[in-house]
Amino acid sequence: MRHEIQALEGATVGALRQLLDARELSSVELTEAYLERIAAVDDRVRSFVTVTRNTALEQATDADRRIASGEAGPLLGVPMALKDLLSTAGIVTTCGSRILQGYHPPYDATVYARLRDVGAVLLGKLNMDEFAMGSSTENSALGITANPWDLATVPGGSSGGSAAAVAAGEAAFTLGSDTGGSVRQPASLCGVVGLKPTYGRVSRFGLIAFASSLDQIGPLTRTVEDAALVLSVIAGQDPLDATSAPVDVPGYLALLGEDLRGLRVGVPAEYFVEGTEPGVEAAVREGIAQLERLGAELVDVSLPSTGYALSTYYIIAPAEVSSNLSRYDGVKYGYRSTDGEDLIETYLSTRDQGFGAEVKRRIMVGTYALSSGYYDAYYLKAQKVRTLIKAEFDAAFERCDVIASPTSPSVAFKIGSRTADPLAMYLSDVFTIPASMAGIPAVSVPCGFSDGLPVGMQLIGRAFDEATILRAAHAYERSTEWHTRRPELVPSAGG
Amino acid sequence: MRQEEVTVELTLEDVRHIATLARIGLTTQEMETMRGQLGDILAHVSQLNELDTEAIPPTAQVLALQDVLTADEPRLSYPVDAMLANAPEREGNYFRTKAVLGYET
Repeated sequence: MRHEIQALEGATVGALRQLLDARELSSVELTEAYLERIAAVDDRVRSFVTVTRNTALEQATDADRRIASGEAGPLLGVPMALKDLLSTAGIVTTCGSRILQGYHPPYDATVYARLRDVGAVLLGKLNMDEFAMGSSTENSALGITANPWDLATVPGGSSGGSAAAVAAGEAAFTLGSDTGGSVRQPASLCGVVGLKPTYGRVSRFGLIAFASSLDQIGPLTRTVEDAALVLSVIAGQDPLDATSAPVDVPGYLALLGEDLRGLRVGVPAEYFVEGTEPGVEAAVREGIAQLERLGAELVDVSLPSTGYALSTYYIIAPAEVSSNLSRYDGVKYGYRSTDGEDLIETYLSTRDQGFGAEVKRRIMVGTYALSSGYYDAYYLKAQKVRTLIKAEFDAAFERCDVIASPTSPSVAFKIGSRTADPLAMYLSDVFTIPASMAGIPAVSVPCGFSDGLPVGMQLIGRAFDEATILRAAHAYERSTEWHTRRPELVPSAGG
Repeated sequence: MRQEEVTVELTLEDVRHIATLARIGLTTQEMETMRGQLGDILAHVSQLNELDTEAIPPTAQVLALQDVLTADEPRLSYPVDAMLANAPEREGNYFRTKAVLGYET
């Protein structure tokens, strides 16, 4: 059994599906293997904040029953885990924040309900930057997650637990959320696939809100095929989320191919500028050359406002934060400080003690940007620049079908190295934020290593055209072997 | 094209005002730290002033959806106990909190 479990750690959802369908392995055995793996390595990776052992085994037992009755489905009996901002009824959901410690949601996020309905198994909840604000998972009130490739470095963020868990073989796949790069950047830093679908593609009901005009839920997986599988389950309009779009969901898996002839790949000069690590740029340029070898035509495109996207984001996202996070008042749920003498003091001390430094910083920036006298100068200005960014993508996509770039300017950085300088941390997301501002889909796919750490290539697509970026990423992946490499994470003595 | 290096100097009173609006009871030391960091962030984002956006309409969100209506069908709401289960303090079927009346806003 030990040998089999070792093999499972790197297994894709597709491979597990075959084992489950051939009855070579039950979902309960598979779930136990993952729980054992979590017990063996998570003392060092610390990607899980809650392990839902009993729920997992119950769901796995149920999945085995469904498989035995002849039911088939891509995720039936497959163990997965969720970022801790996706509501799970009766299972503590903290958002990485002290202010939500002990919070048990009364309902399930739609994505979890859909995964549960198709028989996926919940192993637990994953660490994240508090309220998804951060690029390193160092802003969690529940501790720091390490990058499985080098435990002294960060896994990226804010979905750092979601990326590290997949890289460490602690779950077959995970879900994260991406507001300015929070699925793609950690996927890049941990050497896994991370997809941010189009804004509106996936229901956000039950996702604890950060910035509502940007937030989107996406899968983190070992392969592009797995990302396509998961997306096909979670995508689609939901009556519980008025911002989920009434757009048909294609069968993503069937649209994958290995030939890229006829595909036009845009290469934007603005994404290959000073500030990117040479090893990262070299790996991404080689990745783009590989797309060309697969038959794609490379096209130079220009996105002149790229350099302004970060500033736009750091006005718009905090503005939405200041509004969304006003609900944490210590009255309805979560933490309440007992220090206040009256109601206002209770609010003040609850929010001071309940929120971490980065969250407070963003609430403050957002409050300032929306306050009387500054609204036009900051918020309205940023919204106008957002129009420019979107228009430039629209123009570029008249000349190409996919835009290729680095996902992040650097590989995983040392834990603690950027915490003192918020602006330096923000720069981690300089290449992921523009697609977020435009609401368009983008995927990060492993494309090499620099200094022994993974590099990700970002492929950006047209709105609701996830199929094309997945096709390009899949063809690339099938022609390279980066995704097959696994970090050497030796189980601890006790595990 | 780039403007001269922009600096934004906030006073401690500015920070205190924003913190009050945001209902965050920062300590004086936190406000002092925040004063510098907020200034740096605001100075950085001021680079947007390099762009002429006079004729550009704002984008609040990217979907073309407007006025999405929910079907007018009755359904059960969540049980009172489920909604009150996370309350820091409960009294009967109410959230208990300190008196709301008597404040100047």
